[in-house]
Amino acid sequence: MPPDEPISIWFFIGISLLFDGVLIFGAGLYQLVHPPVAKVVLFDLHAGVWWGGLLSVLGLIYCIRYAPSHR
Amino acid sequence: MTRIVAALTGTRLVHLSIVDLVIVVFYFVLVLAIGFYLRGRANTGDDFFLAGREMTAWIAGLSFLSANLGALELMGWAAASYQYGILATHWYWIGAIPAMLFLGLVMMPFYYISKTHSVPGYLKLRFGESSRALSAISFAFMTVLMSGINMYAMALVMKVVLGWDINFSIWVSSITVAVYVTLGGLRSAIFNEVLQFILIWAGALLIPILGLIEAGGWKALQLKVAQNASVEYTHLWSTLGSFRGNPMGIHWTGIVFGLGFVISFAYWTTDFLVVQRVLAAKDLRAAKMAPVIGAAFKMFVPFIVILPGLLGLAVLPWKLTGEATAVATGGHSYNEVLPLMLARYCGPGLLGLGVTALIAGFMSGMAGNVSAFSTVWTYDIYAALFRKKATDAHYVSMGRWSTVIGVLISIGTAYLVMQFLSIMDYVQALFSFFVAPLFGTVILGMLWKRASPAGGFWGLLAGTASSIGMWAWVKVDSSALRYVALSSDARDMAENMYRGLWSWIICVVVTVVVSLLTKPKPESELTGLVYGATEIPSEAQVPLYERPAFWAAVVAIVFAVLNIIFW
Repeated sequence: MPPDEPISIWFFIGISLLFDGVLIFGAGLYQLVHPPVAKVVLFDLHAGVWWGGLLSVLGLIYCIRYAPSHR
Repeated sequence: MTRIVAALTGTRLVHLSIVDLVIVVFYFVLVLAIGFYLRGRANTGDDFFLAGREMTAWIAGLSFLSANLGALELMGWAAASYQYGILATHWYWIGAIPAMLFLGLVMMPFYYISKTHSVPGYLKLRFGESSRALSAISFAFMTVLMSGINMYAMALVMKVVLGWDINFSIWVSSITVAVYVTLGGLRSAIFNEVLQFILIWAGALLIPILGLIEAGGWKALQLKVAQNASVEYTHLWSTLGSFRGNPMGIHWTGIVFGLGFVISFAYWTTDFLVVQRVLAAKDLRAAKMAPVIGAAFKMFVPFIVILPGLLGLAVLPWKLTGEATAVATGGHSYNEVLPLMLARYCGPGLLGLGVTALIAGFMSGMAGNVSAFSTVWTYDIYAALFRKKATDAHYVSMGRWSTVIGVLISIGTAYLVMQFLSIMDYVQALFSFFVAPLFGTVILGMLWKRASPAGGFWGLLAGTASSIGMWAWVKVDSSALRYVALSSDARDMAENMYRGLWSWIICVVVTVVVSLLTKPKPESELTGLVYGATEIPSEAQVPLYERPAFWAAVVAIVFAVLNIIFW
């Protein structure tokens, strides 16, 4: 990527997925250790843990692949 | 849309935790950061209004789709699928895919090669100033009004779902959109639309996945829907043989010709709100490929919109009702099915992401409206009628100011609608008056060299006037429905389909007749505008897997298979 080109939109998407994914993963882990009284349906699947983990991994890949330092 | 708004009163459906709020706030910070980062890259007219014409096919394609994927669309069609079953999928498949492929393969070369800034701009080149003025003024006027209506409806959704104050929602979301579009122009709008597209999927995809797990798979879901509603609710085509055979009161001719041909082609190929994204593509092949990519993703949107509605029918422990009943009984209406499903499966964090998806959907639609308004106002109204010879910098400045003014008019409309709810239905009807005839004018202009400037203008005017006339006729005398929509059993959606079809036919007939009676443009002035007078670059040297036509064929095959599977 030439130096005068803007940062790729995919980098911003990576930041967003990574940030949200880490928070969701963390919240899911917390609920795994401290289950709430009022649970959502299918709570036992712990969707927050695996969905948050998946978003984090995807976000990290995009952050690295499209990092401005690669220009 | 009134039905969505009217229903949205009562207590909040969802309570956000700190984690959820952090995710929502981070989204606002990020979209503003993108706007500030791109502010230095919107200095020329091409930069500000066409994103420098340097978007890749993927970015243009996802933005093209995202501009249409508003939050009210998500919630409204989820509600429609709860109410009418899988028939609502027609608006995503036959009501979009063929038109998107047609735009990419047939129409995009003329839009792109003509180097027009806008759809009204194409009409100017092809038919002259009067056709452009008619199209531009109606588009600009209706776009900001629609934006305001969506803004109000979304603020009301936020009030019901989250308990947020309506004024807070209106001002915070509008100012955010105004800031990032004013700073970065179309490039900023497109960047944010792609981000919003990803967030919509990330936030909404869990609902159908977990819903199908709870229901026990598709077959079990079909059985539960048949028990709770009717077996017709999971069939796309087999119930469309008569107006009374399906929950929507529509016949297959209305779906195929009214929706699949006229309404869909009109929206996806001539509504500048979506076409503008493709005009920003970096070259002709990217411009042709972008709608094909959009179509591929569009095919799967029912998974996050229609399926949650059907799942609501199968797994929710109570029955959702119409607005009036919901308000009277304190129950939930159809329009709440998506947030209800969100709250059913999503804990802290996931809920914030789902709410962010709704907000992102709203903001992408609004950014699409204001950036399209700004372009049409600046180039097709201000530069054409008020100040023809100004510097590029002056027009960019006008573009920024018109973005801010467009947002302010939208906010004013939102408050006006708050006082007079019925305005919403009238404005939506007004919007539909212009779309179908415009498609008739543009398609004849692109494919028929003999279409004359007078034919284009009078055809557009006659089609629009006839659409208004049919709408007024049914309003004054409801028995006219059997003539306009071919059946007195037809409902609102069916009436819209047939009204669009008739107004398109009238536009085409008038354009053809007037063209044959008047002088056409000389062929030398049609270069780059019309089939037969335009040299379209050959793709013979391009590998098969890089050709838009190849991928369009793949999308068409998947589209056909999906329709057969869910017949």
